[in-house]
Amino acid sequence: MRNLAEYFAMGGYAVYVWPSYAAAVAVLIGVLIASLRSLRARSAELEAIEGSLPHRSREERPT
Amino acid sequence: MHRFANPARFLRLGAAIMPWSTGVAVLSLAAGLYFALFASPADYQQGESVRIMYVHVPAAWMALFIYTSLAATSAIALVWKHPLADLAAKAMAPVGAAFTALCLVTGSLWGQPMWGTWWVWDARLTSVLVLFFLYLGHIALNNAFDDPTRGARAAAVLAIVGVVNVPIIKFSVDWWNTLHQPASITRLAAPAIDPAMLRPLLLMAIGFTAYFVSILLLRIRTEILARKLRTLRYMQGAEAPAPAVAGERI
Repeated sequence: MRNLAEYFAMGGYAVYVWPSYAAAVAVLIGVLIASLRSLRARSAELEAIEGSLPHRSREERPT
Repeated sequence: MHRFANPARFLRLGAAIMPWSTGVAVLSLAAGLYFALFASPADYQQGESVRIMYVHVPAAWMALFIYTSLAATSAIALVWKHPLADLAAKAMAPVGAAFTALCLVTGSLWGQPMWGTWWVWDARLTSVLVLFFLYLGHIALNNAFDDPTRGARAAAVLAIVGVVNVPIIKFSVDWWNTLHQPASITRLAAPAIDPAMLRPLLLMAIGFTAYFVSILLLRIRTEILARKLRTLRYMQGAEAPAPAVAGERI
C-alpha cells in the first residue's frame, strides 16, 4: 500500500468495490438504528401507559 | 423448547447472550474488513473486484439462513402455538429482507464489471429476487390484519410454503445453466478457494451471524413490549383494568 491513491482506485474497480462496502455498512447500521429506535419507542409508550394506570400510581405515590 | 416460552425467562437468557454476540460481531467484522480490504490478494481473473465477494457471499448465506430460520419458527408457531415464535418470526423477517437486498445490490455491482451486465434473468438471480419478495410478502401479511394473531398465522403459512425456494436457490447453479458460478466452498471436496480469500469470507460470515443474533434478541424484546402494550391498551379499553396484568412487570 505504498500509494494511497492507487489503493483507493482498486485496480480500476473503485466504483464497484466501494459502493458495495458502503451498502453493507448502510444495511448493518440502518437495521441497528431502526431496531434500537423502535425498542426505545415501545419502552417509552409502555412506561407512559403503566404510569397512567390508577392503582399503580397509588402504589408508587402513597399519600 | 417450551422452557423458553416464558418471556421473562427468554429476556433473561437474551440479556446474557447479547454482550457475547455483540462482542463477536464487532471483532469478526473488524478483522473481516481488515482482511477483506487490506490483507488479501487480488484475484488472478477478477482483480480487485473479488473484494465485493466478501460482502456478497456472506449476505447471500444470511439471506438463506434467516429464511430457513423464519420457516422453522413459523412451523413452531403454527404447530405448537409457541407464544414467542410469532414474535421471533416477525422480528427476523425485515433483517432477512435487508440482507437479501444487500446480496442483490452487491451482486449487481460485481456483475456489471465481470459479466458486463447489472442483471440477468437466470435461475440463481431470479430465485434470490423471489426470496426478497417472499420476505416483503411476509412483512406485509404480518401487518395486514387488525388482529395480530391472524396476520401472524397468514405470514407463517407464506413462510412455510416459500421455503421450497431455498433449495431451488441453493441448487439453481447445478440444475440450470446459469451465468452465476457454482458453489466453491460448500462442496464435498476441499473448497476451491485460496485460504487467503477464505479467511475474510468466513470472518465476515461469522460477523454477520453474530450481528443477526444481537439484532434478533433486541427486536424480540421490542415485540414482547409491543404485545404487552396491546394487552394493556385492551385492558384500559375495557371497564376495569385487571390488577394482575397491570402489576406484572417485564
